[in-house]
Amino acid sequence: MKALRNPLERAINHGSAGSGVHHWWAQRFSAILLVPLTLWLVWTLAVLSGADYAEARDWIASPWNASMAVLLVASVFYHARLGVQVVIEDYVHRRALEIALQVVVAAAALVGAIIATIAILKVAFAG
Amino acid sequence: METNQRPLSPHLQVYRPQWTSVLSILHRITGVLLSVGTVLMVFWFVALSEGEQSYKAMVAFMSSPPVLLALVAWTLALFYHLFNGIRHLLWDTGTMLELKPARTSGWVVVVLTFAAAAIVWGGLI
Repeated sequence: MKALRNPLERAINHGSAGSGVHHWWAQRFSAILLVPLTLWLVWTLAVLSGADYAEARDWIASPWNASMAVLLVASVFYHARLGVQVVIEDYVHRRALEIALQVVVAAAALVGAIIATIAILKVAFAG
Repeated sequence: METNQRPLSPHLQVYRPQWTSVLSILHRITGVLLSVGTVLMVFWFVALSEGEQSYKAMVAFMSSPPVLLALVAWTLALFYHLFNGIRHLLWDTGTMLELKPARTSGWVVVVLTFAAAAIVWGGLI
């Protein structure tokens, strides 16, 4: 049977088709972003330990901290999804289960990032 | 095509655990644990956004002994993944890949992990 799709179209996503290093770079970029953001998180935890509700709210509500929090949430869930994706690829050998897990992890990361971001913005905009 | 008769490279469990290999798998394990831990982070932000009552309930939940223990473990996982992640980024530049610097940097990561966790929890408790 004559192949209707051109060779490049059939090669893409099936091995070396020029997208191989994208995942690697994305993981590194998000990792580099997460170094200062993690330090911000630790600093925040130190400030907020023993803080009451008003103090915690004021801390997150400041534009600087709200921005850091949103950036942290976005980077964490992106980086976590990339990392867990590779773990699933490596250890889950039943194709159907692997794809199902990939969908669940990607969806969970997206949902987690959106919920946290909306919660942070709600605090930020409420002042 | 018969593929299951091909020679295989030795499986992982054949090898004796080594300092570098244990730290390597620990990076994955802590990464997965931290991914699970993000649930707590989301709940904390949601609790904060929903008002004083829910925030107080969240703080009470986080102060209960089992959760506190999980938070200590989470802190260790976080610092390990952070410092070992920096070690990985250094490796990505093609440096420190020989056995001796790889072992030494592993020790630096482990010491920094416990030191940082001790500083954080020493300040909190």
